Amino acid sequence: MTTLPEGFIPKILFILETYSQSFMQGIGYTMLIALVSTFIGCVIGLAVGIVQTIPTDKTENAAKHYILMVIKFILNAYVEIFRGTPMMIQAAFIYYGLPYVFGINLGMLPAAFLIVSINTGAYMAETVRGGILSIDPGQTEGAMAIGMNHFQTMTSVILPQALRNIMPQIGNNLIINIKDTCVLTIIGVTELTYATRSATGAYYTFFEAYTIAMVFYFILTFICSRILRVIEKKMDGPENFALAMDDAIVLGEGTYKYHGNPIETNHDVREFKRGEALKKQAGNGGER
Amino acid sequence: MSENAIISVKHLSKTFGSNQVLKDVDFEVHEGDVTCIIGASGSGKSTLLRCINLLEKPSGGEIQFHGQQIGGHGFDPCAYRAKVGMCFQSFNLFNNMSVLANCIAGPMKVQKKSREEAEKLAMNYLEKVGMAPYINAKPRQLSGGQKQRVAIARALAMQPEVLLFDEPTSALDPQMVGEVLSVMRTLAKEGLTMIVVTHEMAFARDVSTHVVYMADGVICEEGTPEEIFEHPKEERTREFLERFTNR
Ligand SMILES: Nc1ncnc2c1ncn2[C@@H]1O[C@H](COP(=O)(O)OP(=O)(O)OP(=O)(O)O)[C@@H](O)[C@H]1O
Ligand SMILES: [Mg+2]
Repeated sequence: MTTLPEGFIPKILFILETYSQSFMQGIGYTMLIALVSTFIGCVIGLAVGIVQTIPTDKTENAAKHYILMVIKFILNAYVEIFRGTPMMIQAAFIYYGLPYVFGINLGMLPAAFLIVSINTGAYMAETVRGGILSIDPGQTEGAMAIGMNHFQTMTSVILPQALRNIMPQIGNNLIINIKDTCVLTIIGVTELTYATRSATGAYYTFFEAYTIAMVFYFILTFICSRILRVIEKKMDGPENFALAMDDAIVLGEGTYKYHGNPIETNHDVREFKRGEALKKQAGNGGER
Repeated sequence: MSENAIISVKHLSKTFGSNQVLKDVDFEVHEGDVTCIIGASGSGKSTLLRCINLLEKPSGGEIQFHGQQIGGHGFDPCAYRAKVGMCFQSFNLFNNMSVLANCIAGPMKVQKKSREEAEKLAMNYLEKVGMAPYINAKPRQLSGGQKQRVAIARALAMQPEVLLFDEPTSALDPQMVGEVLSVMRTLAKEGLTMIVVTHEMAFARDVSTHVVYMADGVICEEGTPEEIFEHPKEERTREFLERFTNR
C-alpha cells in the first residue's frame, strides 16, 4: 500500500487518484438512478394525478363513478403511504421483503429504480394534481366550447400548461433524488455515498473523502438545475412574435409566416406599416 | 313556427343549491336571428347561455336543437358544442398555443380536418376579424380586444350554426369595445345566427333582430328592438332601460 501524503489538498488529490474508478462509478450510478427514477416517477405521478382529477358524475354513469372512486381510494393510499414513510426504510422493506414474502429476487439496481420511482411518483402525483387544478377553469370551458372531450382537453390544453407550471417541481425532485439515492447504501447500491465510504475505509480520511463527496454532489445538482432552467426557457418560447403581414400570406400554401423583420409585441400593425412606408421613402425598403 | 327553430328553450329552470336562478324560461332562436339578452346583473343571463351550451346542466325543462332534445340519454354533448360556438367574457384562449394553433385546434382535433384545410379556414376567419398578422403571437402578448377577436375567429373556424356570446366586451377598455362590436356587426350582417348577452344597449338596438329582457330568472319581456327600446310594455323594462340611458 502506498503511503498517505501530508496536508489537506495532497490528501484529497491522493484519494481522488486512488479511488477515481469507484468515484466515477458512484457518480454514474447516482445519476443513472436519479434520472431514470425521476422520469419514471414523473410518468407515475402524471398518471395518478390525471386519474385523481377525472370529474365524476354519479347521476350520469353510476358504475363508472364507483369504479373511479375505488381507484382513487387506492391511489390515495399509495400516495399517503409512500410520502409518509422514510425512503431508507422502504428500501430495506422492499429489497429484503420481496424475496421473503413473494419469493421475488429483484436485482439491486431494479430495486433501486423501483424504490426511487414510486417515491417520486407519490410526490409528483400531488404536484400534478395541484398543477392541473391551478389551471384557470376558463381554459377547460374554452376547450369544451369548441367540442373537445375530456381527453382532448387534457392532452392539448390543460396538461401542457400544467406541465410547464410544475417544471420547477420536477427539477426539485430530480435534485432531491440525486441526493437521496444515498439512502440506497442500505441495500448495497454502489452509488456516490457508497463509493465515498469505501474511500474512507483504508486510510481513515473521513473529512477529505466527504469533502470530495460534497463537491461532487453539488456539481451534479448545480448542473442539473441550470439545464432545467434552460429547458424551462425553451418551453416558454420567444418573448416577442413576428407579425405576419397580409401581403406575405399565400393562402393554401402553408406559408403563413412573415419573413421580414420581427417587430416588438406592443407595436401595432398600423405603426409597422407606417414604418415600412417611411423606410421605403428613405429608399432602403427594398431588401425584402 | 317552432319546427324551423334552431334552438328552442322550453320551461327551462336551473337551481344552484337552494338558489333558483332560472325559472320557466321559454324562447326560440331561428336561423339568421341575432338575439340580444339584456338584463340586470345576476338576473341569470350567463346561466341561460351556459345551459344552452351545456356548460351547466339544466335542472328542469328542456332545450331542443333542431327539434332534438339536448342532454338526454345517448346525446353527445361534444358534437353538439362543436355546432354551437361560444365566446366568453374572459376570452378563454388557450394560453399554451399561438393564435393560429388556437384556431386550428378545434377543426383538427374535433372535426378531424387536415392541417392544411384547418389552416386555410382559420386564416380566412382570422383575416375577417383583422387578426391575420398575429398568427404567431401567444395570447399573453395580445390586448384584450385582440384576444376577443381571436376568440371569435376560433369559434367561427368550427363553422357553427349558432354562436353564443357572453358579454364579449365587458372586460375591455372602451377603445377596444368598438373593434369587437364592429366584428360582431359584420357577422350579423352576413346572417350568422347569434345569441348575445350584452350590456351594450346601442348594439342591441341597432344590430339585433330580437331582444330578450331578463329579470330575476325569468324573461320579463321580449320582442323586436323597436318594441323593447321604443315601446316597452313592462314597467320593469322601462325602469331598466331608463337607468341605462340616463348614465
Ligand atoms: N356555479 C354557481 N353556483 C351558485 N350560484 C351561481 C353559480 N353561477 C351563478 N350563480 C348565481 O346565479 C345568479 C345568476 O348568475 P348569472 O351569472 O347567470 O347572472 P348574469 O345575469 O349573467 O349577471 P352579470 O350581468 O353580472 O353577468 C347569481 O345570483 C349567481 O350568484
Ligand atoms: Mg354574466
